[in-house]
Amino acid sequence: MKEDILIIEPGRADRQYWRDLWAYRELFLILAWRDVAVRYKQTLIGVAWAVLRPFLTMVVFTLVFSKLAKLPSEGAAPYALMVFAGMLPWYLFSSALSGAADSIVANSNLIGKVYFPRMIVPAASLITALIDFLVSLALLVGLMAWYRFVPGWQVLLLPIFVLLALLVSLGPGLWISALNVKFRDFRYVIPFILQFGLYISPVGFSSTIIPDHWRLLYNLNPLVGIIDGFRWCILGGESPLYMPGFILSLAIAGIFLWLGISTFRATEKSFADLV
Amino acid sequence: MSDVVIRAENLAKKYTIGHSSQPERYTALRDVIARGMRSAFRQAKDLALGRPIIKGDELEEVWALRDVSFGVRRGEVIGVIGRNGAGKSTLLKIFSRITEPSAGRVTIKGRVASLLEVGTGFHSELTGRENIFLNGAILGMAREEIKRKFDEIVAFAEIEKFLDTPVKRYSSGMYVRLAFAVAAHLEPEVLIVDEVLAVGDAEFQKRCLGKMDEIAQKQGRTVLFVSHNMATINRLCQRCILLDAGRVMADGYPHTVTGLYMTSDTGTMASRVWSEPGMRPGDAVARLNAVRVLQGGQIAESIDIRYPVDIEMDYECLAEGAQVLSALAFFDAQGNHLFVSADFADEQWAQPRPAGNFRSVCRVPGNLFAEGFVRVVAEVSTRKPVYQTHFLEFDSVGFQVVDTGEPGSMRAGWGRPIPGVLRPMCDWRTFARPNAPTEPKPGG
Repeated sequence: MKEDILIIEPGRADRQYWRDLWAYRELFLILAWRDVAVRYKQTLIGVAWAVLRPFLTMVVFTLVFSKLAKLPSEGAAPYALMVFAGMLPWYLFSSALSGAADSIVANSNLIGKVYFPRMIVPAASLITALIDFLVSLALLVGLMAWYRFVPGWQVLLLPIFVLLALLVSLGPGLWISALNVKFRDFRYVIPFILQFGLYISPVGFSSTIIPDHWRLLYNLNPLVGIIDGFRWCILGGESPLYMPGFILSLAIAGIFLWLGISTFRATEKSFADLV
Repeated sequence: MSDVVIRAENLAKKYTIGHSSQPERYTALRDVIARGMRSAFRQAKDLALGRPIIKGDELEEVWALRDVSFGVRRGEVIGVIGRNGAGKSTLLKIFSRITEPSAGRVTIKGRVASLLEVGTGFHSELTGRENIFLNGAILGMAREEIKRKFDEIVAFAEIEKFLDTPVKRYSSGMYVRLAFAVAAHLEPEVLIVDEVLAVGDAEFQKRCLGKMDEIAQKQGRTVLFVSHNMATINRLCQRCILLDAGRVMADGYPHTVTGLYMTSDTGTMASRVWSEPGMRPGDAVARLNAVRVLQGGQIAESIDIRYPVDIEMDYECLAEGAQVLSALAFFDAQGNHLFVSADFADEQWAQPRPAGNFRSVCRVPGNLFAEGFVRVVAEVSTRKPVYQTHFLEFDSVGFQVVDTGEPGSMRAGWGRPIPGVLRPMCDWRTFARPNAPTEPKPGG
């Protein structure tokens, strides 16, 4: 019988990192399951939160931006639907980011007592955000039926954009979760980013109202590309995708992801000593 | 094939710690900025005065482990002992891959499971059933394996009736039983255990020790066991390693090594001296100079449970005529406040004192503390005209109370942990009462 031989020496965990990550996939699943189970056990109305929050925000945004500010929708799509199509990726991003950023400190009891590739923890926290997203997606289907709006073939590409939205949140999420271990001040950065981001991202309005010569610059915010992508999928032809901007958004998201992973990898060895 | 399953070669672990007077668990960004500005200011001052600039003078390197080498053969149960801070936990953390060594290498053959605490990752909202799967996965078991052993785990923990109750409703005994049951069914080739047996009721501890014996003897697995309980080490292990200041000080038969541990006190935690005048705790009335733990006149970090221990406190009274009162508070490792003791019994506090240096010594009788770590809080205050604390030094000193199992203590040869935060030797008398009425004998 072949016996596993474990060698521990400085720098060794680095070399087999991605192999380890794969070997611990079951732990990833069980941690994700735990987060989801606990989330729905501890809340009174559970699933309803995932519906209520985006729904009420949508109502307010539609009233403020459409009725009061008289901003245009995209093509013939109802304003409420357009807002909701932007709200979905926004809430996916915001809950994924705050979950991931807080995950390492929240799981400090595990980090200090057992070994596993630490990246599993923030990655597993994304799943809770994904489940909430799927619940709100059901609400979108309801809204579409209400407005008798039939999406085009583009809606089949939605899963790709969901994955992109998760990757966009993972980058900064990893970065902040790593910094959070050493400097607890960073947890206060999250509510700020999210509050600020809600207004600088095209959630309550359409990105088409941005003047053309600013549009590319506006796409430096990676969420702009993701939200536009969601709208393109859900509203179909009513919301054409602005390609150069979309690619720029993806590039920025890629840079954030790289930054997040490299910071996380560089600091994770000291997590057990710090948490 | 050689039968060495664990081989540690020249292991070393270095920590860089901030040179700040109060230890912090984490740093806040503002502290870092403040510290950065302080050191920038100092560097600028040094530059202006033409002194060499010392970079990173706020940092200090500490070696938690140095040149640690040993091998463990298959089926061996090996105990690791040493004072707090000797490197035991660091060694365990390296073996269980929680932290990486700074130098050296460890080779382990076979699957490793480490139990650094009971119930790692247990979630209080989840049920017993859910926690078995969660904890099993965290300890490295595959889902299939947990399913296979599920009934066995539940039976061992005796929680059949409460399987679907959230563990937050469990009694602490049930909680510990469930946690140990999962861990005991891991079946690793190498098991690393850190004092987890110091919890739970006596009956359960007996079964845990039995299970550990079984793991080692019958299944031929290797156990690395860290403990402060010399009696358990002597009973359970075939070999014992003594760590001191990050190095292997002794390696051999448990009785020899635990005996050496008892007599080898140089004391680091047991003595603290504040030599820098500005750094001394206190105010304009009284300042602390030193606190020491002594047994038999020697500074002692490990004290024998059977004999008295002296806590010596040196302080300076700066105000003329203050009515000073010195006091000590004792806490155990779990943070339980054991008791306080102050010198007001001899009316000394009522007398105004001249300024100058004083020494107060408190003798705590033998056979009072339980085994384990004791932390001492030192205080000087004045009662009159108003109650005022001049210094209250948490973590002033600490010491380990050790029971070797020799006669003269409450243990009296008992090999397992004894619960309770104190362990006084009470006066017991048992005698026969021949004339008292007895239960009528059946048929009589």
